[in-house]
Amino acid sequence: MSGQSVGVVHSQHAHFDQPLHLRSGGVLPAYDLVYETYGSLNASKSNAILVCHALSGHHHVAGHYAEQPENIGWWDNIVGPGRPLDTDRFFIVGLNNLGGCHGSTGPSSLNPATGKPWGADFPIVAVNDWVHAQARLADLLGIDSWAAVMGGSLGGMQALRWTITYPERVRHAIVIAAAPKLSAQNIAFNDVARQAILTDPDFHGGHYYEHNTRPLRGLRLARMLGHITYLSDDQMGEKFGRELRNGSFSFDFDVEFEVESYLRYQGDKFAGYFDANTYLLMTKALDYFDPSRENNGDLKATMARTKAGFLIASFTTDWRFTPARSKEIVAALLANGRNVSYAEIDLNFGHDSFLMDDAHYHGVVDAYLRNIKL
Amino acid sequence: MTHTLGRPDFDVIAGWIEPGHRVLDLGCGDGTLLRHLIDTRGVQGWGVEIDDANILAAIRNGINVIQGNLERGLDVFADQAVDHVVLSRTLQTVRHTEGILREMLRVGREAVVSFPNFAYWKNLRSVLDGRMPVSEDLPYQWYDSPNVRFFTLLDFEALCAQMGLIVRERSVLDEAGNPVENEVNFLGSLAVYRLTRAR
Repeated sequence: MSGQSVGVVHSQHAHFDQPLHLRSGGVLPAYDLVYETYGSLNASKSNAILVCHALSGHHHVAGHYAEQPENIGWWDNIVGPGRPLDTDRFFIVGLNNLGGCHGSTGPSSLNPATGKPWGADFPIVAVNDWVHAQARLADLLGIDSWAAVMGGSLGGMQALRWTITYPERVRHAIVIAAAPKLSAQNIAFNDVARQAILTDPDFHGGHYYEHNTRPLRGLRLARMLGHITYLSDDQMGEKFGRELRNGSFSFDFDVEFEVESYLRYQGDKFAGYFDANTYLLMTKALDYFDPSRENNGDLKATMARTKAGFLIASFTTDWRFTPARSKEIVAALLANGRNVSYAEIDLNFGHDSFLMDDAHYHGVVDAYLRNIKL
Repeated sequence: MTHTLGRPDFDVIAGWIEPGHRVLDLGCGDGTLLRHLIDTRGVQGWGVEIDDANILAAIRNGINVIQGNLERGLDVFADQAVDHVVLSRTLQTVRHTEGILREMLRVGREAVVSFPNFAYWKNLRSVLDGRMPVSEDLPYQWYDSPNVRFFTLLDFEALCAQMGLIVRERSVLDEAGNPVENEVNFLGSLAVYRLTRAR
């Protein structure tokens, strides 16, 4: 990995009193966003990059906390002095989306109307709602237009949505491992994950906070399923093969294969820190995402609103959001004569490739960002 | 005579393109031609390229570049999306010759094609002397050549006629990049064609 880490960082809080009217019809009367920034905003405020998080992400994009040196940001490998998101040049903003469980207002926050956690009463949030909330954070930071909005997976969808909702406020979008909308297969996976949570006896209709319990079994299963879909078959084969933990078959249902051990460990770890209601909300936001709906399914007509330049990237082994899905976005942009580059990156980590430190992948992002005029 | 970036066909191609035109360069490499056309002709351009290193170089060059395999068609591009689709010194490396020519004129109003002429007298002499030609425009040994098609100006024009493509302009150059006016199939080392579809 080239460049340096941004080092010690700390989170910040912003409180918003202006009600946010959501696509679902719900209203958040007031809300908090937790965010982090790296680098400095220049005098003309033209060097800001918004990094949007994916399904289970949050505001801690890069660096580490003074008191928790092991808690390194989820995309640390791309942010820092001399890294593609060069903090000597850019001012990077990461935030936790509404509905999240890392400090921004979400289902585990207190509902001012009841004094109890929102739980299942937290309104369904859509990608466009996040974009509106992010725009208000930009207002607060004095950023009229982002040099770039960037993200992978669900984060890439937010970047795409930015270019449609606020075409004047985003000069470049970097959309990685994303799709213009989910396929039926994607939605099916999401629903199995949701069903695991919704049918957990500890779910209590989403009000498990009041029962001092959490639907850990459901959340664990949801994550195990998700995890399988984010990796590639080749990579799983390389990493685990059919290795047995104890050398021979035990003919029972305990952990036998290394891959089972790995998935159960990942599932437990995730269930330990993530909120089940947030998982439900985030997967629904994914399912609902389809900006072309505004134009009767015509993505070309939708992308006609955009003004940004685009870098679209996909990964050859990503079977959840295949290169073909990214190319749908590329085609819609080209049909509108937009400035767009598309890189199809040969990496073996499936959908999760977008988080990996790869010289060619990071080189492409670096080269694109270097040409952005501030 | 000196030529832009050492590529005489680039000068010919640039001369056919008007400011503000949209140009698609197939097999754009590091984007040198598009960079030149953007800087000197004020075009809007996109390239298509398969190679990772070239994708990186083209993005570094500030070019719009789409990673893809020409042999699989240009399906990310809409019909008549651009004014000119350029294929410089690449047709001889493409297997699906008719397919790519059809795709070029589906996506573009005009196709601009440059290719080395295998009937160039030095090439012919080389073969008569018993060796495959190696020249300025065919700079490869037979065993490391990317070229999979071997054709001449006459061959190409016969294919155009068969496909109903109209040759709007033709520029033939010698090895030094100077224009050739007579006996072009014998004296021309590199040919540049401007094609349209019959309306």
